Amino acid sequence: MMTVTTEKTDVEVPRHVPQVAALWRRIATRPEAGALGGAILVYVFFFVTAPPFRHFAAFTTVLYQAATIGIPAVAVALLMIGGEFDLSAGVAVTMSSLASSIFATKLGVGLVGGAILSLLLSLAIGALNGWLLIRTKLHSFLVTLATFLMLQGLNIAITKLVTGNVATSDISAMPGFNQLQTIFASNIVIGGAQISIAIVYWLVFMALATWVLLRTKVGNWIFAVGGQGDSARAVGVPVVQVKIGLFMLVGFSCWFLGQHLLYAYNTVQSGAGIGNELLYIAASVVGGCLLTGGYGSAVGSALGAFIFGMTTEGVIYADWDPDWFQFFVGAMLLLATVVNTWIRLRATKGK
Amino acid sequence: MAGSGAPIIQLRGIGKSYANISALRGVDLSVRQGEVTCILGDNGAGKSTLISIIAGLHPHDSGDYLVDGQPRKFSSPREALNLGIAAVYQTLALVPLLPVWRNFFLGSEIELGRGPLRRLDRAKMQDVTRNELHRMGIDLANLEQPVGTLSGGQRQVVAIARAVHFGARVLILDEPTAALGVAQSGLVLRYISQAARSQGIGVIFITHNPHHAFLVGDHFIVLARGEVGLDMPRADLTLDNLMFHMAGGKGLSALEHEIQGERTASAQAAPKAVGPT
Repeated sequence: MMTVTTEKTDVEVPRHVPQVAALWRRIATRPEAGALGGAILVYVFFFVTAPPFRHFAAFTTVLYQAATIGIPAVAVALLMIGGEFDLSAGVAVTMSSLASSIFATKLGVGLVGGAILSLLLSLAIGALNGWLLIRTKLHSFLVTLATFLMLQGLNIAITKLVTGNVATSDISAMPGFNQLQTIFASNIVIGGAQISIAIVYWLVFMALATWVLLRTKVGNWIFAVGGQGDSARAVGVPVVQVKIGLFMLVGFSCWFLGQHLLYAYNTVQSGAGIGNELLYIAASVVGGCLLTGGYGSAVGSALGAFIFGMTTEGVIYADWDPDWFQFFVGAMLLLATVVNTWIRLRATKGK
Repeated sequence: MAGSGAPIIQLRGIGKSYANISALRGVDLSVRQGEVTCILGDNGAGKSTLISIIAGLHPHDSGDYLVDGQPRKFSSPREALNLGIAAVYQTLALVPLLPVWRNFFLGSEIELGRGPLRRLDRAKMQDVTRNELHRMGIDLANLEQPVGTLSGGQRQVVAIARAVHFGARVLILDEPTAALGVAQSGLVLRYISQAARSQGIGVIFITHNPHHAFLVGDHFIVLARGEVGLDMPRADLTLDNLMFHMAGGKGLSALEHEIQGERTASAQAAPKAVGPT
């Protein structure tokens, strides 16, 4: 028979002294632990097999490659933690470059006006994705697959309609180009090497996302919304706003990368970007995001992007056929998912 | 310790119908500070309807629902919550992958700093969580551990402690021990008792386990087919008596006789079969 304490005001329970776990334990229980190990392995692998990979200049190229995946991947990781997918992110990047360029050249709003209208459009598409998801109660995989296909069609069709070509015209002669290029696509010199400003933005976005996720109320809500939406709603978390906000964040990240690409190359191919959405998702998953939501990290998505950046460039430096890259992405994804699941099981068991 | 003072909530002749089917008729109930009121009953006896009225999920159709003497008719759980009436359902409203302290404060986070530096006050939230859980007899070495890794009873206690911390005066617990083993149930029952006695909270404990009810209850109400079948303070009741009412009163004793009769009959027919006496 169990006993019930009714007289005492405080139940006698031995009290643990809250202790700080060992550093390695704390790292091993983070979602990005697997990606960190993977990044080190891949780095060592190419360092050994591809001699040009050892130079600092090669490393900056790797980082740039990683940044072009990592900028949207940071936002996609947050979205996945919030329990949703976005398959439209790859073509949304191209859409934002196209929109910026076409608005600037055909509407006569100038480059700045084009960039601002493109931003509004990108945010609106994110909001539309979120709104459709909430209204239809469909899985975000379906909703964003639909917007992906629609955007892909619109990108090419409208570009052809407006320019009579599959690419936009060169904008580098327009007034204000240099200023916007400085913002979005300039190079800065560090230690004698030129590095793209995109790398800096990528790291800043990653740091901000990490801050929001782990240190703010909204971050707590993102984890909760993805982990158990009904519970989050029951304790007063604005689930709908969080989800729509996350889709708009992905829209923003796509816009930003789109502007970078536009000002780096001056012109955009309307068919570009297809397939990249899977790279963003893969980077997030390699970085520890669960497909089912509620778990993951922004740093992990950056490590995932870094692994893919190293792989893209490493394959070239090792003088292999670039097609090996796709194989590598697939193999990495498989390995990472298995390792992450194993790590998470250990972590949640408290071992 | 008996309940003291005026009742926090009082139901008088509460009734509720869905379409033409009356789910609840003429229910009287008082909940006092520091008192555990147990509501027992079989499936379909009206327990869920009754708690959904008290918790503000559905408004009642007839009778009076008084909170602090004021008649009320809630149209949402939020209104009930604002008056300190909180329900903890079996789903618990916890997020399994989220750390314990983050779950505790989910939706009511404490922040510090201003503007873009506005951030979670982690130290304070962890302190409060540790203290609230410790007060109720749970001591966790690591508050960063996901709630999903706690035992069923511990999760239940986290959910209850959260409701208490955020100002519940009346706590409605819907079958908190239904899915738990003996040791885990003990933990939750001890906490129910703890919450009522030392924190002065009025507890409504819904269960269909008379043993659990009798351990902690001060007042017992047995519902049967939407009506109050038994309404008695602990002093006037024994566990056997409660079980008798709970099990359907006279109907069950008739059934017992019948089965006993059959058993004796079959024991006589086949002498080798030995049954418990």
